[in-house]
Amino acid sequence: MIEAEGLVKSFGRTRALQGVDLAVPQGTVLGVLGPNGAGKTTAVRILSTLLVPDAGTARINGLDVVRQAERVRQSIGLTGQYASVDEDLTGRQNLELFGTLLELGRAGARRRAAELLDWFDLAAAANRPAKTYSGGMRRRLDLAASLVGSPDVIFLDEPTTGLDPAKREDMWDVVRSLVTNGATVLLTTQYLEEADALADAITVIDHGRVIAHDTPDGLKRIVGGQTLEVRPTDPAQLAPTAAILSRVGSGAPADEIRRGVLAVPVADDSALTESVARLAAAGIAVTELSLHLPSLDEVFFTLTGRTAADDDTTRTEVAA
Amino acid sequence: MSTLTGTPPRTGPTLSTVVAQPRPLRLLRHSLALAKRSLIKTWRTPEALIDVTLQPVLFLVIFVYVFGGAVAGSTHDYLQYLLPGILAQTIATGCIAIGVNLNTDIAKGIFDRFRSLPVPRSAPLVGAVFGDVVRYVIVTVSTLAIGYLLGFRVESGPVQALAGCLLAVLFALCLSWLPVYVGMKVRTPGAVQGVMFALIMPLSFASNVFVAAGTLPGWMQAVVTVNPLTHLVTAMRGLFLGTPVGNHVWWTLLWCAGFVAVFMPLALRAYRRRV
Repeated sequence: MIEAEGLVKSFGRTRALQGVDLAVPQGTVLGVLGPNGAGKTTAVRILSTLLVPDAGTARINGLDVVRQAERVRQSIGLTGQYASVDEDLTGRQNLELFGTLLELGRAGARRRAAELLDWFDLAAAANRPAKTYSGGMRRRLDLAASLVGSPDVIFLDEPTTGLDPAKREDMWDVVRSLVTNGATVLLTTQYLEEADALADAITVIDHGRVIAHDTPDGLKRIVGGQTLEVRPTDPAQLAPTAAILSRVGSGAPADEIRRGVLAVPVADDSALTESVARLAAAGIAVTELSLHLPSLDEVFFTLTGRTAADDDTTRTEVAA
Repeated sequence: MSTLTGTPPRTGPTLSTVVAQPRPLRLLRHSLALAKRSLIKTWRTPEALIDVTLQPVLFLVIFVYVFGGAVAGSTHDYLQYLLPGILAQTIATGCIAIGVNLNTDIAKGIFDRFRSLPVPRSAPLVGAVFGDVVRYVIVTVSTLAIGYLLGFRVESGPVQALAGCLLAVLFALCLSWLPVYVGMKVRTPGAVQGVMFALIMPLSFASNVFVAAGTLPGWMQAVVTVNPLTHLVTAMRGLFLGTPVGNHVWWTLLWCAGFVAVFMPLALRAYRRRV
């Protein structure tokens, strides 16, 4: 269980957090969504005892992250842009080192390392230095390293940034099985899609403040839900396709968003199967048909009236 | 990752036992575990030892065969005089690497991982210092081996010679808290190298490493006399050659204690602020 109230943290003149509340009930996943520089990583570093907040309090399983930091560290696992592994050590040596530091004993550390290497499909690469690992293997080793002590609260700081879509879904599977096993997870991400796939609740942070907190469905209702995109094989079929989409969708289909592609807002996933059935019945062949969540940019635009990219530039100017 | 269908293994520690242990013991054990990490790194990158193994060879050959005749009348006499000094100088410059390495490490994030674990905060630094003992032993052995090839002979006895080597390694271990401190304070690895070189170079030349203090002008003699390297070198000469040691061993140990007492707390404080 993670609880944080009124977290404030400044670095010089940069106000990274300006009063952030977060709550993650036991056994659930909170997605913390925000652009670069929103304060996501600062919040994770405070909750994982790496930083002391200027004001506010935070508790992990009821233990204060400042006054009871030592005990908090026994029940958390941290994976992210910053918490890393030793590149000169092999995968196995890394995991055994963390096992020793977590008081598993020599045999215990060895057994735990073997289990995790197996589970993360790293057994074949176990005796190679971590610097020879591919991006996906590195992430898996990072995550394995944070699970050595079987923590029940896990922080994942942008766990899939820079991974290709297939690797991203692998990582999602890992997170899902951790939660099935009873872990409480706080996940930061820049992808609404990722938060939607994994989180029970989503907190949106901007400029060090919480600007929205809701379930994924609730958030999607605010920002307009999903969009169905269709590309008919024959461009001459655009008009009849648009007619079908207007019946399936929850609004009027937009004109071609890209050359030959139509888009329509839809209420839920069932629109996908329904449109496939109707297009087939009408004999319209399609080369592309997909559901899209609004991008982070669109979420931000709806919530703040600015785009996330604008936000980045302002921050850089402030920092400079 | 087809293997990921099952649940993750959760045979974790019973964590309540962890807190029960006395702090100093945990610090020692965790530091040793982290020292092993430094050892593996040294083992994996033997080329990082080149500077400390090559430097004494160059200095010995150049100084003995270029200056030996002029300074001491014979190259052999000068080799006997110079070797303990070169060993001290090499071990002092060998310390610089630890500051550079830690400075590089901190930028990489592995220290954040350590700090998110229930590990005493100072363990990563103490571990790195312990781990470097092996480097210093390698430096000492290789310098003595080269010396022997060139004709250096121990004139005291094996026990005294061993004591001299141990004194040198202990000195390096204590002095290394200075580069660790610099490594925490300075921003880039290159800057650590620069600052440390500027400190160690004058220290090794304004000493009796190369020439006896008696030949120097008065003000310089004053500097040389208080220089910790002078005490170390005089003590080692005595232990290797059987000449009088005086209280130079004690002075050396006092300096060692001083380095630890001053720079270890400074380094630990700088580390806590830095990360």
